[in-house]
Amino acid sequence: MRGAYRWIAGHPSTSIIVFFAILPFIVPYKALATQLLVYGLFALGFNLLYGYTGLLSFGHAAYFGLGAYGAGITLAKLGWHSVWGALLVGVAAAGVGGALVGFFSLRRRGIYFAMLTLAFAQLFYFIAFHLSDLTGGDDGLRGIPQLSLGLFGWQVPLGNPLSFYYFALFWVGLAVAALRRVLASPFGTVIAAIRENNDRAQACGYDVVRIKLVAFVFSALITGLAGALDALRITVVPVEALYWSTSGQAVIMTLLGGAGTFFGPFVGAGTYLVLQDRLSLIMESWPLVIGLLFMAFVLFLPKGIWGTLLARLGARLGGAPAA
Amino acid sequence: MPSITRRKFLAATGATAGAMATQGLFPAVLRAQTGPIKIGFPLPLTGPFGAIAADQKRGAELAVEELNGRGGVMGRKVEVLFRDDELKPATGAQRTIELIEGQGVDFIVGGLAAHVQMAINEQTKKAGKLFISISQSDEISAKPDTSPITFHEALNPTITGRVVGGWAMKNLGKKYWIVYADYAWGKQNNAVFTDVITKGGGTVLGSTPYPLGKPEFSAHLPRIQAAKPEVLLGAVPGADGVAFLKQVQSFGMKKEMKILMPLHFLFLTKEGGADVFQDVYAGTSFYWELASTNANAKKFMDASMKRFGVPPDGYAGYAYSGIMEVARGAELAKSTSAEPVAKALRANPTYDHYKGKQFWRGCDNKSFQDMWILKGRAPAQVKGDWGFFDIVTKAPADERDDRTCAEKGHV
Amino acid sequence: MPEISLNALAAQLFTGLVLGGILVLLAIGLSLIFGLMGVVNFAHGSLYMLGAYFGFFLWGLTKSYWAALLIAPLMVGLFGIIVERSMIRRLYGRGPDDPLLLTFGLSLALVETVKLIWGKIGLTLDPPAQLAGAIDLGFMKFPAFRLFVLAVTALVLIGLWLFLEKTNVGLIVRAGTRDPLMVRALGINLDRIWLLVFGVGTAMAGLAGILAGPLRGVYAEMGVEIIIECFVVVVVGGMGSLPGAVVAGLLIGEVVSLTSFFAPKLAEIIVFVVMALVLLLRPSGLFGEPGLAE
Repeated sequence: MRGAYRWIAGHPSTSIIVFFAILPFIVPYKALATQLLVYGLFALGFNLLYGYTGLLSFGHAAYFGLGAYGAGITLAKLGWHSVWGALLVGVAAAGVGGALVGFFSLRRRGIYFAMLTLAFAQLFYFIAFHLSDLTGGDDGLRGIPQLSLGLFGWQVPLGNPLSFYYFALFWVGLAVAALRRVLASPFGTVIAAIRENNDRAQACGYDVVRIKLVAFVFSALITGLAGALDALRITVVPVEALYWSTSGQAVIMTLLGGAGTFFGPFVGAGTYLVLQDRLSLIMESWPLVIGLLFMAFVLFLPKGIWGTLLARLGARLGGAPAA
Repeated sequence: MPSITRRKFLAATGATAGAMATQGLFPAVLRAQTGPIKIGFPLPLTGPFGAIAADQKRGAELAVEELNGRGGVMGRKVEVLFRDDELKPATGAQRTIELIEGQGVDFIVGGLAAHVQMAINEQTKKAGKLFISISQSDEISAKPDTSPITFHEALNPTITGRVVGGWAMKNLGKKYWIVYADYAWGKQNNAVFTDVITKGGGTVLGSTPYPLGKPEFSAHLPRIQAAKPEVLLGAVPGADGVAFLKQVQSFGMKKEMKILMPLHFLFLTKEGGADVFQDVYAGTSFYWELASTNANAKKFMDASMKRFGVPPDGYAGYAYSGIMEVARGAELAKSTSAEPVAKALRANPTYDHYKGKQFWRGCDNKSFQDMWILKGRAPAQVKGDWGFFDIVTKAPADERDDRTCAEKGHV
Repeated sequence: MPEISLNALAAQLFTGLVLGGILVLLAIGLSLIFGLMGVVNFAHGSLYMLGAYFGFFLWGLTKSYWAALLIAPLMVGLFGIIVERSMIRRLYGRGPDDPLLLTFGLSLALVETVKLIWGKIGLTLDPPAQLAGAIDLGFMKFPAFRLFVLAVTALVLIGLWLFLEKTNVGLIVRAGTRDPLMVRALGINLDRIWLLVFGVGTAMAGLAGILAGPLRGVYAEMGVEIIIECFVVVVVGGMGSLPGAVVAGLLIGEVVSLTSFFAPKLAEIIVFVVMALVLLLRPSGLFGEPGLAE
């Protein structure tokens, strides 16, 4: 056992890559692995803001939804049948939304900030709900074609669960690598400082609001990517993607996995989704288990599953920044 | 204590991974010809419509037991796999994917609420699986959502609106006020009823939307009273509907006008109480007291009382009928593939499982069926635990109650 | 745009007061708990729901709505105290988000537990026979029970004001909201006070629930939507400010009522628009103090 641990500790990146490469084969069905990736990415985006910058946003579903609608509308309504185009529009829409919401919300702090982010998310929900000619309204956006990916002249069919998984994994890998870069940079250090003590960082001369805004937008971009991928995955965008219950899911997943860690969000997403998938088969009151589990984590395992694991295994697994 | 050697650990992991991988790779192929016929059934076991989902589940279970009791379908047992879709489209989509990819189901029957049905439909269309949708939606049988393998067993707002609205115009009054929930179902009901009323020579004095889930009508009721309509129509679903009726009653409006809703639900009336639903008119696709006049309804009712101690309501009927139709189609086509079964059902469109003759319309796979108008009884007249309604009249199946094929986008 | 008769407008304004009343009861509890303990109680909506369910249970036992009205809030308050002692107090010193997250999980668990015990179908809670009719107010006939809700809200508010302004314990609560450190330094044991405040705050949520039950029905999800409105009210009024909770609650009640009258389609979003406007003009809500909740 210790031998296996030591190997994993010594080769963290390889271990993680191997894990994600074989993930579709160790979960009950492949599409669950893709769902894990997508929601893990959503939680990753949220975590950048919450775990690393210390800002609790109640309305992160806004960027997930903007990403999904951006991609979906591009394919279904604008007639631009390009997967790359859909992703681009989705991510851009989320980024713009993040800039807008961040600009207004970051003027306030704490619970007031959180409620403002919620207000904007509910506003987007309201707009999507009523602009039914564009968004499908409360029936959701349908008519998203299942496309193939044009890759150097090949057509990769994305309808196959396995090929979609590796397609999504590519993007997740990109996002994780980008995030790693950002957090290892001076910017990463500053947002950590802001998380620890906002006023002191300000006193040191940093333009705290502007830096938070950058983090906000970056977080929105990652979250938007997750939304866009989800639209491609299930070829429908439900208006609930923008609702506060979806925001709540990101919070649960991040906390279960471990806020302020890299792969915590994926662990949390996986735990939540697998529990939801398997528990609902044996008991109708499975949300009770989720609720109790969540409470237990807040009380006894505040670092989450991955966070606690990392802390126990010490600095052997990943150096700085922590995985 | 023996320690796990690295070799054993790796061997165990390898074996497990191999087993899981094989499971992941071969589910459908192995089961194809000999195992049970699997029907996936997503439904909102958790969430605000849990009681109606329980009704659906009971209907489905009765159907499966009956089918297996007489030897199954094509000699194979029938299995229904229920999955909780939480009344959320994203979850409904994921559950459908799991049923199709992970469980290798042959058919999907289920869905409550239009938005979840559409999400399920997107997955079944992609995977080429026959889907019989069993709840209200105007869109699911129309372009662009529908497909040759999408079937709609339940009523829709258009049919309900035309039947109930038409009857109300002849029997309740000509001046209406409509209160409706501001989402697809509510808006569709508002549109259809308004159309029926104005075309029939009546007037809609006012139309009040309200946000779904926020059943606060005290702001509107005094104004409605002042306008003096003859009929107040509440296209107000679920628990909102109970709150609506309570508030209407507390403002004394039942004495001033007739109260009308598109549909009655037995379990909702149980929840609200006979007092609240007294004198309220509405339509329904099925009511258990039909057992006294229809043999199939009696059979259905008796089976449900015997097995569950609870009568079946409209949604149990849809579920029962949906599963029976899947079975009938598979027997006719001698196949479980979507296209042959769909063709077989269209070629043999009439059926009667629990309440009377129903038939599939060829262009849009829409089921046409009998409906009834009910009126809520006073608490003193309620029969037993569940006898909440008088059956006022029957509205037989009629294609003209729905939009035409052309209107739905079919050529 | 409907014709605006003065009567109809007056009726709408009056209705808004009643809407606001329930919100005020809820918001005060939330604001009290936050003001003194810094705990954002996300389970407040579920406690409101528990109040209605406990009320139903007690009514089944005693067949008296009055008895239920009296005892249900106490039961909820007791439940709140148990939750505070057993779970929330382990989280003090850990940062503002943890109690919020814990109570969020608690609200999920409570909804499911209630469904397990009382079933998935909603329940009926009737107002007592004495209050079942309508009273003629001149400009409109108003349901007696709604007037009762207004009366109860007013009574509770007066009682609370008297408690805070005229008693020693109330004095400590007010001081503790402003500067807990100082109060401790003066040798006063705040622990007991926190317990009392938490109990009172949650009891008020339970009271709101049993009052709302006859109006809207009793069902497990009833707390889920109202918690968001409640948060909006508290934020608009200013976290920790009781006058703020009252003003904001009534304001939001009126806003929703008038919007439902003039522009029903906007009723769902208007509360958020109002909140955003208030926050952008007054950073800590109408009466909130900067530095709290940040």
